[in-house]
Amino acid sequence: MRTTTIKVPDRHLSKGSPWNKKTVTAMAFLFVMTIYFLLPAYWLLISSTKGPSALYNSEGLLFSHFQLFSNLSGLFHYDGGIYVRWILNTVLYAGIGALLATVISASCGYALAKFPFRGRELIFSIILGGGLVIENALALPLYLLMSKVHLTNTYWSVLLPSIVSPFGVFLARVYASSAVPDELLEAARMDGAREFRIFRTISFRIMSPALVTIFLFQFVAIWNNFFLPLVMLSNQKLYPVTLGLYSWNNEYGQAPQLVSYVVIGSLLSVIPLVIAFLSLQRFWRSGLTAGSVTL
Amino acid sequence: MTAIQSAANDGSATNSPVPPALRTYTKVRPWTTLGFLLPFGVLFTLFFLLPIGYAIYESLFATRVSGLGLGPNATSTKFVGLSNYMQVFRDASFLHGLERVLLFGIVQVPVMLILATVLALLMDSAVVRFKRFFRLAFFLPYGIPGVVAAILWSFLYLPGLSPIVASLRSVGFGSFNFLGVHTVLWSIANIVTWEYTGYNMLIIYAGLQAIPSSIYEAARMDGASDFQISRRVKLPMIRSSLILTAVLSIIGTLQLFSEPQVLRAITTTIPSSYTPNLLAYTQAFSINNPNYAAAIAVVLAIGTFILSFGFLRLARRHSNGGLL
Repeated sequence: MRTTTIKVPDRHLSKGSPWNKKTVTAMAFLFVMTIYFLLPAYWLLISSTKGPSALYNSEGLLFSHFQLFSNLSGLFHYDGGIYVRWILNTVLYAGIGALLATVISASCGYALAKFPFRGRELIFSIILGGGLVIENALALPLYLLMSKVHLTNTYWSVLLPSIVSPFGVFLARVYASSAVPDELLEAARMDGAREFRIFRTISFRIMSPALVTIFLFQFVAIWNNFFLPLVMLSNQKLYPVTLGLYSWNNEYGQAPQLVSYVVIGSLLSVIPLVIAFLSLQRFWRSGLTAGSVTL
Repeated sequence: MTAIQSAANDGSATNSPVPPALRTYTKVRPWTTLGFLLPFGVLFTLFFLLPIGYAIYESLFATRVSGLGLGPNATSTKFVGLSNYMQVFRDASFLHGLERVLLFGIVQVPVMLILATVLALLMDSAVVRFKRFFRLAFFLPYGIPGVVAAILWSFLYLPGLSPIVASLRSVGFGSFNFLGVHTVLWSIANIVTWEYTGYNMLIIYAGLQAIPSSIYEAARMDGASDFQISRRVKLPMIRSSLILTAVLSIIGTLQLFSEPQVLRAITTTIPSSYTPNLLAYTQAFSINNPNYAAAIAVVLAIGTFILSFGFLRLARRHSNGGLL
């Protein structure tokens, strides 16, 4: 948008020296904030190369007794390699959960945008209002219900609730109603295509930027969810990595080497997420824009 | 942008210039519509609506233990109406927890949102260099799961391990205790601020990017300074972004759980009833009183609903037209 407008000479920036007083002040502030936001991550990086005793007895922000590789091997072998299993579980919960959530919310949001029917707005409000609030208060009631039907402590107890994404429906609807032209659907109908086929072959493709955003949001939401697996799972083999690290964090009083595994395990578990996350930043922004503009 | 806005104001709006009355579209058969809605509808009902309904149902009962609590018939479940709710509102530990999260919210939410707004305005201003780097750096903590962030900060609070405590000592602060009775709430607030400031900054930044730059140029022609433009032009135009971040933060605050739960591993200053959610968890799992836990969960859900929608209404009433 900004590139199409005519540039007006900026009186406030003295020509020739871009680093005026204002810039220096702003940059100093941003630099301090950068330290605040990155320091814990830096500490994690440094600490993952230390053993338990060096962790306590060395300068926190400097390297000392480099033993990254023995930490790694310890992490992967501890308790029969359970850490690897936790990672795989997390990928399963977040990957499959987010994938199914995306498909299901896309179909629902698309229908809410493109098929007029009575009660449509009401359904939408329930999904949105209910979803926003209930989603956060849901874990305990879900546990009560699941334990009634003996589904707790299974993969299903974490996976099934994770495929419901009210925000996904919301985003799919907003996007479909602005991006999928009715004329196109009408033309496809004239050609005799069934609704499901139109959705699958035409609309789904047009909606793909929004679908990436939905997938991303849900993936991170599941990956970050702590309360749900905490209440649902008691078998360590079913844990996602967050819950696993939490359980180790509560045990390192008894097993001192665990403190190193918590540190390096935390680091490894966030690396893929952080990379995926920062490289897909534009999809976040588009989702967040839709969210705030529509509110 | 405008397409999304019009879609937002009216869900059925499209890009088509033809007025709705003139359109003659094929009617989609009800069964087809239902087929599209059904997968989500069933799951939403099963895993969102039903649990809440079941929690409300459970909250109306109480389990009484008779005798020594031994034998198959030692416990009996009995309908008690709203008495669990009466108990929740008389429960000192619940009320203290509630007071605590409210105090937390009143301080932490504004601090975080002001910080996020300042950062977003700087990201949008002409005087700053290396914007992309800063944006990535500030957003990075959001990529770290809440529990991992809390574990990470718990190391940074732990005397003996923390480089922060060590450097505070070296500049003469003595041994600053991040985990004391009076400081631990603010240590938790710091974790939450660290995690979500960048996320909120991005929401606000997205709002700023949506403002057409012709408006700035008009203001600049009229002689407005950068600061004036920020205050008088940008801030009013990102109202809806600010409101969204505020509502999300209020919801998050009331449900505060994982950060205090994680810090409990390293300090005794966080009791098992520290926040309402923690109390509900304790009641369900340690004290084994699911009925009471259900009542707390329901009160919390309703409270969250009232507060967030109350805030939305309030924000709407004070807006001068515009989107809201």
